[in-house]
Amino acid sequence: MDILNALVAFLNFVFIPAAAYGAQLALGALGVTLIYGILRFSNFAHGDTMAFGTAITILTTWGMQSLGISLGPLPTALLALPVGIAATALLVLGTDRAVYRFYRVQKAAPIIFVMASVGVMFVMNGLTRLVIGVDEQRFDDGARFIIAVRDFREWSGLAEGLALRSTQALTVVVTAIVCAALFWFLNRTKAGKAMRAYSDNEDLALLSGIDPERVVRLTWIIAAALMTIAGVLYGLDKSFRPFNYFQILLPIFAAAIVGGLGSPVGAIAGGFLVAFSEVAVTYPWVKVAGYLFPGWEPGGLLQLLGTEYKFAVSFVILIVVLLFRPTGLFRGKSV
Amino acid sequence: MIQSQPQTTQPFLSAQAMRGGYGKADILHGCTLTVDQGQIAVIVGPNGAGKSTAMKAVFGMLPLREGRVTLGGQDITALSPQERVRKGMGFVPQTHNIFPTMTVEENLEMGAYIRDDDVRQTLAQVYDLFPAVAEKRRQAAGELSGGQRQQVAVGRALMTRPQLLMLDEPTAGVSPIVMDELFDRIIEVARTGISILMVEQNARQALEIADIGYVLVQGANRYTDTGEALLADPEVRRTFLGG
Amino acid sequence: MSSNRQAAASSPWRAPILFAVLAILFVLEGTVRNGLFSGSWNTALAILNMGLISAITALGVNMQWGYAGLFNTGVVGFLAIGGLAPVLVSLPPVEGAWAAGGPRLIGSLLVGLGTLALAKIVYTRTRRAWAVALVLIAGFVAYRWLFDPAVSAIEANDSARTGNIGGLGLPVLLSWLVGGAFAAAAAWAVGKVALGLRSDYLAIATLGIGEIIVAVLRNEDWLARGVKNVASIPRPVPYEIDLQQNPAFVDFAGRWGLGVAEASGIWVKLCYLSLFLVVLLAIILLAQLALKSPWGRMMRAIRDNEVAAEAMGKDVTARHLQIFVLGSAVIGIAGAMMITLDGLMAPNGYNPLRYTFLIWVMVIVGGSGNNWGSVLGAILIWFLWIKVEVWGPNLIGVLVGPLPDGDIKAHLLGSAPHMRFIAMGLVLLLVLRFAPRGLVPEK
Ligand SMILES: Nc1ncnc2c1ncn2[C@@H]1O[C@H](COP(=O)(O)OP(=O)(O)OP(=O)(O)O)[C@@H](O)[C@H]1O
Ligand SMILES: [Mg+2]
Repeated sequence: MDILNALVAFLNFVFIPAAAYGAQLALGALGVTLIYGILRFSNFAHGDTMAFGTAITILTTWGMQSLGISLGPLPTALLALPVGIAATALLVLGTDRAVYRFYRVQKAAPIIFVMASVGVMFVMNGLTRLVIGVDEQRFDDGARFIIAVRDFREWSGLAEGLALRSTQALTVVVTAIVCAALFWFLNRTKAGKAMRAYSDNEDLALLSGIDPERVVRLTWIIAAALMTIAGVLYGLDKSFRPFNYFQILLPIFAAAIVGGLGSPVGAIAGGFLVAFSEVAVTYPWVKVAGYLFPGWEPGGLLQLLGTEYKFAVSFVILIVVLLFRPTGLFRGKSV
Repeated sequence: MIQSQPQTTQPFLSAQAMRGGYGKADILHGCTLTVDQGQIAVIVGPNGAGKSTAMKAVFGMLPLREGRVTLGGQDITALSPQERVRKGMGFVPQTHNIFPTMTVEENLEMGAYIRDDDVRQTLAQVYDLFPAVAEKRRQAAGELSGGQRQQVAVGRALMTRPQLLMLDEPTAGVSPIVMDELFDRIIEVARTGISILMVEQNARQALEIADIGYVLVQGANRYTDTGEALLADPEVRRTFLGG
Repeated sequence: MSSNRQAAASSPWRAPILFAVLAILFVLEGTVRNGLFSGSWNTALAILNMGLISAITALGVNMQWGYAGLFNTGVVGFLAIGGLAPVLVSLPPVEGAWAAGGPRLIGSLLVGLGTLALAKIVYTRTRRAWAVALVLIAGFVAYRWLFDPAVSAIEANDSARTGNIGGLGLPVLLSWLVGGAFAAAAAWAVGKVALGLRSDYLAIATLGIGEIIVAVLRNEDWLARGVKNVASIPRPVPYEIDLQQNPAFVDFAGRWGLGVAEASGIWVKLCYLSLFLVVLLAIILLAQLALKSPWGRMMRAIRDNEVAAEAMGKDVTARHLQIFVLGSAVIGIAGAMMITLDGLMAPNGYNPLRYTFLIWVMVIVGGSGNNWGSVLGAILIWFLWIKVEVWGPNLIGVLVGPLPDGDIKAHLLGSAPHMRFIAMGLVLLLVLRFAPRGLVPEK
C-alpha cells in the first residue's frame, strides 16, 4: 500500500481541481443567491452576464498586453478586472432600469422576472458574441505553475507528480478575499445590513426608511463584481468559451439551491459541494486504487460517470435537495 | 427630529373620515382616529373590522380616497411611509414585524436606519426597557420566543425616537403574564411623552390603560369614548367584550 | 398578466388578418427574388415545414405555460428525446446487435429503474438514509456490471457503419407517437420532483434535464451512434430521386413548367407539409376540446388563482403534473417529426438557445394561452429567424458600404450573424413588457 502516492494522486487530480472549480462556482452562486435574496427571482442571464464581463476583461487584457503592461508572474487579467467589473455593472444597472424595475413596480410574479431574465440572456449572449465571437480564447499569462510536476517529483522522489497551476491557486486566494470582503460588507456596514434587512423583510425595510432602489442598485453592482470575477477566474482556469458559461448555469443554480437560495454562506458551501461531487464522481479512481491496493486489478477505470455527464451530478444533487430539503442546507428563503 | 410643538387646541395625531381600501371596494368607511400627546389610544373591534387597514392608512401604506391625516398640525396625507418615519411616526405591523435572520441588535440598528447621529443612547434605553431582549442581543431575532419578538419589534420602532408609536396587536400570541408586562412597558413609553395608537385583541385589558378607545366595526367608528367609559358601557360590554 | 390595454385591440379579425400577412410573406418568399426574398418555393416550403414543427413545439410549451403557468426551460431535451424515437423505431434492426448485448442491456436498464423504485420503497418504509444509500450503491454496481459489457459488445458490433442497438424496422409515422411517449416519461420524472415547489425550481430542474438528455444522445453511442450521427432515417414520403426517375412525374412537372429537380423538391415538401398540418390540426383540435371540457376549466381556474383552487380542495400539483406531461408529449412528437423531416439524427445540433428559448419567444410573441397565437408566433418567428440571417448581413453590408475596408468593417460584417440573438431577446422583452398578451391574446 502506497499511501503517499495515492494521496498525491488524489490531491493532483481531485482535490486541487475541485477546490478551484468550487471557488468559481461559489462566486457564481453567491451572485445568484444575492439577486434571489433581494430581487426574488432566479436570474437565468447569470451565466451569459458572466461571459460578457469576462469578454470585456479579455479585451482589456489584450489591450494591456499590446501596451506591454503586465503583472509579472500574475495574469494581466487581474489588472483588467476592474474594467470588466465596471462595464458589467453599468450593463446590469441599465438592464435593471430598462427591464426589471418595471416588473418590480408592478409586483409581478417571480416567474415573469425569470422570463424577462431569459430575454436578457439572449441579449447578453448576442452582445458577448458581438464583442468577442463564439470561439475559444485563452488569455492567461504570467507564471504557469507554482508547483510543476517534474519539480515535485524531483523534490519528493515520489512516482506520482503534483501540479499546482498558478490560476488554480489564484482562484482560491481571490475567492477567499472576495468572500471575506463580502461578508465584512454584509455584516459590518450599514449598507450591507440594509441589504440583509431588505432580503429578510422587504416591507419592514421600507418602514425603517431603507430606500429599496438603492438596495437594488447596490445588489446589482455587487453581483456584477461577483459575476465578472467568477467568469474571469473560470476562464483563466479552463479557457474562455461563451457557451460554457451558459452551461455552468446549472451547477451554479444547484450550488445556490443546495446552500439555500438567499443564503450567502450556503452558496459558498454549495459551490464546493457541487464541485467536489462533480470531480469525485467523474474521476477515474483506478490510479488511486492501484496505489492503495497494489494487488487489485479492478478491470475498469473505477469511474462512476463519464466526464460528459458532469452536469448530471449537479442535477442529481439538485433533485435530492428538492426532494428532501427544498430550503437548502442553510435554510434559505421558503419554498 | 424636533417637531414644532403641537397646538393645544388640536390633537397630536388626527386622522379624519378616512375612506379607502386595497382594491375597488372600500374597507374604511369614514373612520376617524385622534391621539393627544402622551396619550394611549386603543382601537378594538371584531376580526376583519379594518383595524389593521386603518393603521396602514394612518401610516400612508394605503391610498386614501377621502379624508386627511395631520400630525402635530401638519397635513401629512400625501407623505410616503418613509417620510412619515422622518416626521416622527413609528409603526409595528401586526405580522412580519422583525428581520428574522438578523440579530436583535441589528434589528434595532435597522430601526435607526434613517438616523445619522449616535444611536447608542437610544439602544441603551431600549435595552433598559426590555431587559429580556438585551440578553439576546447577539441572537437571531427569528429564534426568539413570540413575546421577545414583539419586544424587539416595539424596540425597533422606538429606535427613531418617534413621537407617535403605532402598534398593531403587540400582544398577539403572547402569554397573559408577558402581555401584562408589555402593557406596563407601553405605559412607561407613554409616560415619556410619546403618543401611542394601538390595536388590541385583548380589549378589556387594553381599554383599562387607554385614555381614549375606539370600537371599529366594518371600517367605521361605532363607539368612541375614554377607555373607562367604554368599559362601563353595558352595550359595548355585551357586544364586544363578551359580557 | 391581465392587462386590459390590449382588450380593445383584440377584434375577432385580428388572428385571420395576421395569418393572412404571414401567408403573404411566404408567397413573397416563394415568388419574388430580391435582397429580401429568395424567390424559391423550395426555400419557402422548407421554412414553412420547420415552422410547422416549431408550431407544434410551441403548442406543447403553450399548454404548460398558457394553461398552467409552468416554465419549462428544457424544451431542447424533450425535443431531443422525442427525436430518439425515429431512430429506435423506424431504422432497420442492426444485425448482431441484439445478440451482442440486447438482453443484458434491457436487464441493466430494468435493474436501474428497479433500484430507484426499491430505494423509494425503502425510504418510505424505513426513512433510514443508510438503507437507501445501500440500495442505491448495490443497484448501481449491479447496473454497471450488466450495462458496461453489454454496451461495449454492442458498440463493437460493426462500429464503422452502425455500432448501435438499431431500430425495430417499424413505420416511421409510428415513431412520432413513441417520441411523445418518451418525452412524457421524462417529463413525469422531472415533474414529480420539481412541481409543487417554487415556480423557479421547475425552470431550473428542466434546464438540467434538458442538458442531460442531450448529453446522453451525444455520448451513448449504442443508442443512436452519438456524435457519429444516424443518417438515412426512413421517410414517410417519396424520395426526390425516385420522383425524378418516374416518367409520370417528369411529365407532370413539365406541365407546370418546372424543372424536374425543383418540382420533386417541392412535391416532397408538400407531402411533409400535409402530414405536419394533419398533426398540427389534430393537436389543436384536441387541445381546444380539452380546454372547453370541465378539465380545461379547472386548469384555467387553477392558473388564475392557485390559492383559491387549493382551498377548494383541488390537487394543484397533480393537475400541474398532468399538464406538464401532456405538454412535453406534444414537444416529443415535434422532436420526432423534426428528425423525420431532417432524415438525420445529429445530437450536436441541439442548442438550447435555438430549441428552448427561441420556442419561448414564439409562445410569448404569439400570445400565451392561445393555441392559434402560438402557431402564428411560431411560424412568424421562425420565418424571421431564418430570414434575419440573410437580412442582417445585407443590411450591415449596406450600412458599412461607405466605410473604408479594414478591420472594423470586417468585424462589423462578421458580427452580423450574432445580431439575431440580440434581436430575439429584444423582441421577447418588448412583447413581455408592452404587449404581455401577445399578438393574439387569449379570449
Ligand atoms: N392586503 C390586503 N388586500 C386585500 N384585502 C385585504 C388586505 N388586507 C386585509 N384585507 C381585507 O380588509 C378587511 C379588513 O382587514 P384588516 O386586516 O384591516 O382587519 P382587522 O380588523 O385588522 O382584523 P384582525 O383582527 O383579524 O387583524 C378584511 O376583509 C380583509 O379581507
Ligand atoms: Mg389586524
